[in-house]
Amino acid sequence: MIEERFDAIVVGAGMAGNAAALTMAKRGMKVLQLERGECSGSKNVQGAILDADIVEQLIPDFRKDAPLERRLVEQRFWIMDSRSHIGLRYRFNDCNDERPNRYIVIRAQFDKWFSRKVREAGATVLCQTAVTKLAQNRRGRVIGVRTDRQEGIIHADVVVIAEGVNGLLGTCAGLRERPTPDQVALEIKEMHLLPRETIEARFKLKRDEGVVIEAAGTISRGMTGMGFIYANRECISLGIGCLVSDLQRTGETPYGLLDRFKRHPSVVPLIKGSELKEYSAHLIPKCDYNTIPELYGKGWVVVGDAAELNNTSYRGRLNVAMISGRIAAEAIFSVKSRGGRSTSKSFSLYKKMMSESCEDPKKKDMPALMHTQPDNFLLTYPQLVSKAILNFARIGGRPEAEEEKSDAKSFGDVWSWTGLFGDGFRFPRAWR
Amino acid sequence: MHNVVCVKQVPDSAQIRVHPVTNTIMRQGVPTIINPYDLFALEAALELRDKFGGEITVLTMGPPSAEDSLRKTLTFGADRAVLLTDRCFAGADTLATTYALATAIRKIGKEYGPPDLIFTGKQTIDGDTAQVGPGVAKRLGVLQLTYVAKIRALDLTARTIETERRSEGGVQVLRTRLPCLVTMLEATNQIRRGAMADALRAARAPIGKWSAQDAGVEDISKCGLKGSPTVVKRVFAPSARAEKAVLVEAAEQPAQALIDAIFKHQPKLETDLAALAREA
Repeated sequence: MIEERFDAIVVGAGMAGNAAALTMAKRGMKVLQLERGECSGSKNVQGAILDADIVEQLIPDFRKDAPLERRLVEQRFWIMDSRSHIGLRYRFNDCNDERPNRYIVIRAQFDKWFSRKVREAGATVLCQTAVTKLAQNRRGRVIGVRTDRQEGIIHADVVVIAEGVNGLLGTCAGLRERPTPDQVALEIKEMHLLPRETIEARFKLKRDEGVVIEAAGTISRGMTGMGFIYANRECISLGIGCLVSDLQRTGETPYGLLDRFKRHPSVVPLIKGSELKEYSAHLIPKCDYNTIPELYGKGWVVVGDAAELNNTSYRGRLNVAMISGRIAAEAIFSVKSRGGRSTSKSFSLYKKMMSESCEDPKKKDMPALMHTQPDNFLLTYPQLVSKAILNFARIGGRPEAEEEKSDAKSFGDVWSWTGLFGDGFRFPRAWR
Repeated sequence: MHNVVCVKQVPDSAQIRVHPVTNTIMRQGVPTIINPYDLFALEAALELRDKFGGEITVLTMGPPSAEDSLRKTLTFGADRAVLLTDRCFAGADTLATTYALATAIRKIGKEYGPPDLIFTGKQTIDGDTAQVGPGVAKRLGVLQLTYVAKIRALDLTARTIETERRSEGGVQVLRTRLPCLVTMLEATNQIRRGAMADALRAARAPIGKWSAQDAGVEDISKCGLKGSPTVVKRVFAPSARAEKAVLVEAAEQPAQALIDAIFKHQPKLETDLAALAREA
């Protein structure tokens, strides 16, 4: 048995886990972080948009050495038909400022860098070590973890569960339900290598400028799903994700969808002549408000994808994960510094702080537009579009800033954007 | 007993690509691993420690980033690790590498006790020369056992070791005196999963970094590029050997159609097989 006792054990070294471990280690807590992969990021397949404000709160000078692909200057939205697309561009001018506020990152690389910062802050990071079980005492209180290495339980005052979307540990410990097929999307992705200059020419970008395209329409074959294309530094990642229950129902194959997306006349010229470097697949939580699991309990808190804290914005996931990791860590530190015990009651502070932050994960005001009439497409949406895109682009992690508060209030409106895309492909089909 | 295991951090050859224009190896962004053959050497040393006790020191020469590989060897259970890293070692061929490693092993002997056995993998997957192990043995003036498949016996009082060495004709059983250098064959054992205590220690232990001066290198001109007589004259990508695949279309009896297509391509194969069938 390991005699050593930790203030906190963090399970997982993704965005949420790293943010939590870093925050607690910086506060001088004795932190052990366990990651089953070869290294932080080695299991990650995401190409993502990173919100600079949120990273800045954790690592103020991250721009100095973080592996950032390109700064995001433009988002494009495509509503696709079988041979064509309607495109919409949103360009953020504030991204051209001296301190860009959004970056495209490749998580495999970014997480590795992030993990180095966690180590430098003083946390003990063990990779290739899978947590097999949460250790609970007779009263159901989490007292530590068991791993796939010899020597039994490692004890800690609190376990931060940042295990990701599958939520196996939480499910096994009875802390949450297993995600069902209608709560997760399967996303598959390919990385295509191209010279930097070629990418810049094809997407009409200046050096270091990045663009992300999100696409809905016939490409998802009537299922709830979206395609995406990211212009990285020297590669293009593209993929498509659909609800697992939809895939089950229709019998469509993910690779078939991706293949069709790649052969679409709008996509072909972007990836022409590229070399396929890697392909991957991942689950993405898509559950609704009512199925969010409990965020805390006796001896544990859950953060990031494992808490399914990402439903408010389609790709804000990693940013929300970072916020939840940091806030959970702050709450734990606050409980600890007051000499409080790791009870469910003390950790309710985490949820309280999350609610006070830019969003309330249990907020119930679902936008009515989710179940929309075709009329909306012509009448309501044009007004909504600018608002929705604005929200999409402006969701930030600066809850204290006044300007952000107003956006945070209409956070739920982002849902209507997904709804909009839903109509985007439902409506044209209705005409056939 | 004290055993030294030499390892090398190498690019994961499964993920290396050759630049289409310049024909050079693109190392950028290629993940690094511990040379897989070296892990058999490390496990052999660990098994001896299980039986006889003692300590294992792991040694590598490489850039500062090789620390990751060394840390991993500690996770498997090695007692300490030494990273030989200095700008003057850069660009070393096998001759210069053996000089640096042998010097460092002498120093390790002084610091932590003279080694009884020195282990290396049979070769590395990036250089594939299989010269460094024997070279180090020669420089240290110890005996060498190469391509060892199994350590059959070790007698610490008589100071002898008995090993099985795989050779083309079969298996040789070799016995020799300690100290000696052993290069291990692949697939002789499987690296263990380190215990939690080792993993925790590995995550925190400082890795000793030695410069040329720390290691006691006296003649810098024998190190790195300067000490390397090997010159790379040309690098080229071999052309693909496989010929283009042929699509055989057959609605009925596809197996027969395939065999016909193969025989058409290789008429000798048909006569050979026919001869074999007659003999049977």
